[in-house]
Amino acid sequence: MLSFVAQRVVKGVIVLLAIVVLNFFLIRLAPGDPAIVMAGEAGASDQIFVKQLREKFGLDKPLPEQLFIYVKGVATLDLGFSFRQQAPVAKLIGERLPATLLLTLTAFAISLTLGILFGTFAARFAGTFLDTGITVFALIFYAMPIFWVALMGILLFSVTFEWLPSFGYETVGANVTGLAHAVDVAKHLIMPAMTLGLFFMATYTRMTRASMLEVKRLDFVKTARAKGLSDAVIQRRHVLRNALLPVVTLAGVHSGTLIGGAVITETVFAWPGIGRLMYDALLQRDYNLLLGVFVICSAMVLIFNLITDLVYRLVDPRIEFAS
Amino acid sequence: MKQFWKSMLKSPSGVIGLIILLFAISVAVFGPMLFPNSPWRMVQRPFLPPFTLGAVPLGTDALGRDVFAGMIFGARVSLLVGLVSTLVALLVGVPIGAMAGYFGGKVDDALMRFTEFFQTIPSFALAIVLVAILQPSIYSIVASIAVVSWPPVARLVRGEVLSLRTREYVQAAVVTGQSNSWIILREILPNALSPVIVLASLMVATAILLESSLAFLGLGDPNLISWGYMVGAGRTVIRQAWWITVFPGVAILISVLGLNLIGEGLNDALNPRLSREGR
Repeated sequence: MLSFVAQRVVKGVIVLLAIVVLNFFLIRLAPGDPAIVMAGEAGASDQIFVKQLREKFGLDKPLPEQLFIYVKGVATLDLGFSFRQQAPVAKLIGERLPATLLLTLTAFAISLTLGILFGTFAARFAGTFLDTGITVFALIFYAMPIFWVALMGILLFSVTFEWLPSFGYETVGANVTGLAHAVDVAKHLIMPAMTLGLFFMATYTRMTRASMLEVKRLDFVKTARAKGLSDAVIQRRHVLRNALLPVVTLAGVHSGTLIGGAVITETVFAWPGIGRLMYDALLQRDYNLLLGVFVICSAMVLIFNLITDLVYRLVDPRIEFAS
Repeated sequence: MKQFWKSMLKSPSGVIGLIILLFAISVAVFGPMLFPNSPWRMVQRPFLPPFTLGAVPLGTDALGRDVFAGMIFGARVSLLVGLVSTLVALLVGVPIGAMAGYFGGKVDDALMRFTEFFQTIPSFALAIVLVAILQPSIYSIVASIAVVSWPPVARLVRGEVLSLRTREYVQAAVVTGQSNSWIILREILPNALSPVIVLASLMVATAILLESSLAFLGLGDPNLISWGYMVGAGRTVIRQAWWITVFPGVAILISVLGLNLIGEGLNDALNPRLSREGR
């Protein structure tokens, strides 16, 4: 178990290193001389300042050395400086990270729970109206762009019914604390989390349904039935547990898409997370910040993949940790 | 081929999907002929509600531009980007997967590590970064979508080739001294095609979603109107004018749905063994 985790962590670090190197070359690809761009962003462009910047960021050194300095910087969580926001990139991301984690994890929990629930129902009542209904709904949600779902949600629940706030993390100027504050944040969270979750819910519904129907026909289910186990027990303990394996794999694969969806969702709902930060960086062409967020997103995906790999091994006892 | 169309037309989702796709393609091809004016042109007063004037059936946006005309011109961009970027992704993914599966060993290891690396990077975030750095244009958008969507193709093709290359007819080709490229191109790939076709149809759908999301964030080609751009432009005035965001979104939804249905239909028609499950 422990050696397995260690192995995966080492592998993840190597991938992350490769992403950081890729990032370095992407920054080079960005238009304009970085020093002049930075000077411009800082509001000064005289030659001496540009030269100082070049020296400060090692831009006068040969490329391999620059790469080394950059990688070393990232390793010590120094992601560069955002001149637009006048703050270190790492600090900006650090401030925004909790909101993104709250949003993505809630969306993930919603999508997985509802997806498995609906998928199980559809499989249980395969061929009936309930199954058709769930399948059609899943198909439709699967085809909707996230930004549009978000806007339709605002149109329906904020503009028409006025039930939920349409933007932000908390009510500005409400000055509430404790439970009242948590309720306030939850109210702001519902729509973004549902928006982000619905697309993935549709995927998990389809996957769970297909997977359950497949497992149902296998021999060990017949054995269980022959042993006289009740239908409910067979469904829950034998079919569902095995059918969940591909769903867990899919959840791991989807972590990257979840982050991408968070960029859109946070942008529409003005949710103060790193996705919104990425959008702001995009609007201001703040490349240091943009690529900093990109590295952190990649790191989050790697961590998430590691976790799903562990869960996969917990759910499926056939796989041993030794491998 | 006849068999294929027969089973494709037997699957209800395939038929609905085909109808939707044919409709979307004809709108993209012929629609702009009916609307000779640029969709960027102001035609009426701003914020004209839909269904009030026959000439502008879906109303106008904040700058008085015809929403209906925008949707028709947008179909061109969405379908074009979807198809071309999928084609490019196939051109990258199929050779990589085929080589990995055929040669095995170190080649396979190296190519698959490379593929996995690209699969780990959050795709939408990478697409945003690439388009932002290369500057938004139809070329950079197609390139970025292709870059983030080829890995599944490579993995799928590798798996297919891996199982096909031990077949007797392939062995026979090896014995008769055919070159590797001839065997891959003429013997193996044609037989690995059907799952790739299914995947490709789903990839076009994903590409359309990606393109619209990029355009929504302001990373569309500034010279081409697209559905995502229209929704993005209508976002700030959603409280006054719902129609600017609603209609283009419906267009995206229907096209993506159509392509997904075609994917299911193709799956039923090309892999009858798999599709029977769950019926």
